[in-house]
Amino acid sequence: MLKEIKALIDKEIRLELRQKYALNGMILYIVSTVYICYLSFRMKSNQIDVITWNTLFWIILLFTATNAIAKSFMQERFGRQLYYYTLASPVGIILSKIIYNTLLMLVLALVGFGVYSLVMGNPVGDMGLYLLSIVLGAIGFSSALTMVAGIASKAENSATLMAILSFPIIIPMLLMLLKISKNALDGLDRGSSLDEIMTLLAIDAIVLVLSVILFPYLWRS
Amino acid sequence: MKSNWYKILAVVLLAYVIIWGFLGTIPRQPVLHETARNLYFHVPMWFSMFMMLSVSVWNSVQYLRTSDMLHDTKSSEYANTGILFGIVGIATGSIWARYTWGAWWTNDVKLNGAAIGLLIYFAYIVLRGSFNDEQQRARISSIYNIFAVALLIPLLIVLPRIGDSLHPGSGGNPGFKPMDTQHTMRIVFYPAVIGWMCLGFWITNLRLRLKNLEQIHQENS
Repeated sequence: MLKEIKALIDKEIRLELRQKYALNGMILYIVSTVYICYLSFRMKSNQIDVITWNTLFWIILLFTATNAIAKSFMQERFGRQLYYYTLASPVGIILSKIIYNTLLMLVLALVGFGVYSLVMGNPVGDMGLYLLSIVLGAIGFSSALTMVAGIASKAENSATLMAILSFPIIIPMLLMLLKISKNALDGLDRGSSLDEIMTLLAIDAIVLVLSVILFPYLWRS
Repeated sequence: MKSNWYKILAVVLLAYVIIWGFLGTIPRQPVLHETARNLYFHVPMWFSMFMMLSVSVWNSVQYLRTSDMLHDTKSSEYANTGILFGIVGIATGSIWARYTWGAWWTNDVKLNGAAIGLLIYFAYIVLRGSFNDEQQRARISSIYNIFAVALLIPLLIVLPRIGDSLHPGSGGNPGFKPMDTQHTMRIVFYPAVIGWMCLGFWITNLRLRLKNLEQIHQENS
């Protein structure tokens, strides 16, 4: 099982590196979005409200995540999916996709955060906690969105569907992440964010368990 | 006759609720005054909505277990009735809020939860509409139904931590029970809940019969 997942992740990474334009495209997407926000606000650094700074960053991440993860099931042709179907177990496939998407989101989020704090200024008080919230966000977004991408890929006009299916169910995660990152911005005592971190981990666990239970049904069709 | 008891119950109880709900005495309260009668119409809407949606999810689970199309039809029709109750619930709540809080919509925990819940089910309808193949539509919308509800539950736990509530019955505001010392509201409220739920089952039953007849008609023509 572990071997299977490892092989599948390996395959995903190789595919990604072989067609570099997709990865580069995603990085360019987040960088240009950040730049558009910067130009639209037309600000000298540090003149934006701290709350706005934080919310804007998470909204950019959310849109990047929906775009990046939406392609995780559309990239491959039908015939090749059928081939995987005969080779691997559905649980292995969903777990490997989630882990791979988490890695992808981590790369994108960290690059995005770097560029964002470069042009928009960086008012973060507790850097460690903020980075932790980004890591938790990457895990949460990728696990919830991978399953939704699987659902949306089966339907027509899946780009619209991806957004309308995922936004309402991602809200609890997003609210918790905003709260944690707000605490990190203000440099509050880390103990005060513990409650939110636990809630977030619990939501992640629910999503993971459900994905493992439900994906076999999705895969069969 | 045996299977129609709930329809009779719905008619009798709702007739009683509408007549006695408007004519019965209610405790005098500042601010609320006569708007407290909304309790008989607004609150049972949510109870009925949760009832309908639970039956819908239960049917989705059953569909994935048995692949019987009947469960899928039931799941979608119960979801439709649930959405209807949700819309009426928001409408009655909004009118009530206009006269007691002075605004049609406020940024309140319960209101946001209701809005997000409805968004999820609108997405469910759009998802159903985007498939041509019946089997696939049934399977994938069942998966989304289960996945979405499981994430709606943490949302209802998460939201109250984010902000305080003005809504009666939460955020330290009393519900109707402490005011209702004479039990004049209780004797209307509990029948109202049962009556509206029975009405919900009745509506769904009619829709299911209509669907069934349409299918027979299609097969014969």
